[in-house]
Amino acid sequence: MVNFLTNILILGVPFSVALLLAGLGEMFNQRAGVFNLGCEGIMAMGAFLAFMPPYFLAGSMPAGMANLVGILVAMAAGALMGLVFALVTVTFRAPQGIAGIGLHMLGWGTAGTLFRHFVGGVTGVPGIQTLPIPFLSGIPFLGPVLFNHNPLVYLAFLLVPAAWYLLFKTPWGLKVRSVGTYPRAADTMGINVNRVRYQALALGGAMAGLAGAYLSLAQAKMFADDLVAGRGFIAVALVYFGRWHPVGILGGALLFSLAQSLQLSIQVAGIDFPYEFAVMLPYVLVIVVLALSGKSKMASPTDLGKPYNREQRV
Amino acid sequence: MRPEPIRTLELRGITKRFPGVLACDGINLDVPEHSVLALVGENGAGKTTLMNILMGLYQPDEGSILLNGRDVKFRSPNDAFGHGIGMVHQHFMLVPNMTVVENIALGMKETHKTFGLDLKQVRRRILEISERHELPVQPDAFVWQLSVGEQQRVELVKTLCLGARFLILDEPTSELTPQETDELIVLLKKMSDELSIIFISHKLHEVKALSDTVSILRHGRMVFRGNTADHSSSDLAALMTGHEVNLPRNECGDGCGDVLLEIRDLRVRSDRGYMALDGVSLDVRAGEILGVAGVSGNGQRELADTLNGLRRAESGTVLLGGKQLLNRSPRDVIDSGMGYIPEDRNTEGIVPSFSIKENLVLKDFAAGTFSALSFLRLGTIRRNADNLKKRFDIRCPSTDTAAGSLSGGNIQKVILARELARGPKALVAVYPTRGLDMGAEEFIHNQLLERRREGVAILLISEELEEIMNLSDRIAVIYKGRILKIIPGGEATKKGLGMLMAGVMDE
Repeated sequence: MVNFLTNILILGVPFSVALLLAGLGEMFNQRAGVFNLGCEGIMAMGAFLAFMPPYFLAGSMPAGMANLVGILVAMAAGALMGLVFALVTVTFRAPQGIAGIGLHMLGWGTAGTLFRHFVGGVTGVPGIQTLPIPFLSGIPFLGPVLFNHNPLVYLAFLLVPAAWYLLFKTPWGLKVRSVGTYPRAADTMGINVNRVRYQALALGGAMAGLAGAYLSLAQAKMFADDLVAGRGFIAVALVYFGRWHPVGILGGALLFSLAQSLQLSIQVAGIDFPYEFAVMLPYVLVIVVLALSGKSKMASPTDLGKPYNREQRV
Repeated sequence: MRPEPIRTLELRGITKRFPGVLACDGINLDVPEHSVLALVGENGAGKTTLMNILMGLYQPDEGSILLNGRDVKFRSPNDAFGHGIGMVHQHFMLVPNMTVVENIALGMKETHKTFGLDLKQVRRRILEISERHELPVQPDAFVWQLSVGEQQRVELVKTLCLGARFLILDEPTSELTPQETDELIVLLKKMSDELSIIFISHKLHEVKALSDTVSILRHGRMVFRGNTADHSSSDLAALMTGHEVNLPRNECGDGCGDVLLEIRDLRVRSDRGYMALDGVSLDVRAGEILGVAGVSGNGQRELADTLNGLRRAESGTVLLGGKQLLNRSPRDVIDSGMGYIPEDRNTEGIVPSFSIKENLVLKDFAAGTFSALSFLRLGTIRRNADNLKKRFDIRCPSTDTAAGSLSGGNIQKVILARELARGPKALVAVYPTRGLDMGAEEFIHNQLLERRREGVAILLISEELEEIMNLSDRIAVIYKGRILKIIPGGEATKKGLGMLMAGVMDE
């Protein structure tokens, strides 16, 4: 029984990373007043682009180097897609929901098409290997659960306090929070609302790209059309779930991924439980918690989804 | 780096057009040093637009700004701050879910370090300013926790922290209680020794009390400039509106009929769960205006909601002509003859995207008059609208115009027309003239008094003391969800009401 639970944790922690990275990025978008439903599409592009360098450069450079190149390309492409989204929704003030769905389809379709054109069928890459942390990974229970993963897992968890610091303790974080809640007030204080929104969307895009890279290089070690499988949309939901706070998003990502690993473990252990219900479990759980969680108005960026127009009369 | 002192500030020929509106039309304005200039005008006269141009928030279509005789261009508020000009906006520019320190740090660019914010420096500056100008603030409170008066102080401190020595105040008293207003005026008077102030208002007694010179705007044009002391309030009012203004008064003290609207022991919870109304009892007679005076947020919203079936009461009784209305549906309440002029005219009073003629039948479109066999009778609806447009002097291009595009005064006339044309037995009017200019105010007051003569029971909720005192037969003061006292209209004084509204009950 103890083994069964430990296994759920060992499996669940790395599952949470893609959600966590994308969720933190989306948090910055939404804190700045823009929700990016295209997160899923950016992740698909990130996953595909990160997969390409290790796949093509396999012989010509060390695997670690190729992985790094892949990650950087994925993040750059993500940032670029975030900027395109900013152009459409911030500068041209298009409705964010529709623009986001468009971006999702663009990323998803482009990644799949290019993959079929350049690669074709399912092919694996060596991917990013596990890096046990000396000494710490030897601790019973905690070691395997927390300190025996690939480097991106550690990075993602370190990004939680980093995101908190950035959002609540730096001038940029202050600007992000103000433009998402009361852009006119920020404007009267001499803050360039649109510039901050562009920056936040670029950062959010880069993190979604990184999340995609994690999926193809570290989690699946391959690319396929439906690799992202709705995680981008879950990440958007997790931001609401986590009340726009890094720790809340971490909690949400862990809850979802532990439920996911629980249902896998149930199937693997051969417990007599209809697997259809097991597969539903994580999704149902998120909906239930989302419905029951507090909805204090004070945390939310109240201008979320509204384009800002300085010359509009109020 | 300190900006050079502002000795003279001139606006020359400022013109600004918005789609379909000429907001400012060739305005010239001179502001002397160390004095208070009152910028006066009705709503929509262009005061705020002009000041937003001065702050660099809007770009003028024509005209220039001269500072110490030199042409300057303000592309964003940053440029205006750079020259020591700061503005306190009518709608506070404070981010509610950030603390006071964070709000002020937002503008203090020198505290924006690469790896963090120097909040200590901001806090020091806040305390320094708040001590020097006697403006107490709580630096670590969240803005949403503060009262309106406290937010006003934070706005002043913020503007001064950003180095403003030239202060623009856009209707700073519009949300304050009478006491807070008096305090603010004393404070500004003191500050004008060190600063130059532009004070925007349409409340003439404040203009008289505070300003040295006055400039009046009407329909985007500057119509008058002069020394405040040389002109009486009524002169200024006439200049502001373009005609003599005589706000009507409730002269006939008697003639009230039987009790029509009876409220007993009403207990209602607010959205946040506390008892917003804690045992309120009121009677309104036919042909009587009962004024409910109080600082907003003392249960007025809950009272109006409950009377109109929009909020569930915990307990109590509401009788209209003997019929129990407590916790009935809005439809039942409407059909029993209740009229309602809601607090927020844009979101509760009209459907902004619907046309005027549609808004005028919102409560009756399903009745036989305006529909048959569940089809709308478009001809009748249009004739009804044309008729009401004339009767209530609704100024609009056509009754097909979206109601939301009208000015505040005309929106209020649409609501008034709809409610009064139904021939209500009782009427609940909540802040009916808030934010309206004197012309519209006069019209609405006359309408209310006329309904009173016709025997309608009117419950008037307001925080404008003048309005309450001019119109009411009796005045009930509400404080923290209780009725503190009910006074006959003739015996009320501004001072007495102001004290009661602040919860002070000494005789």
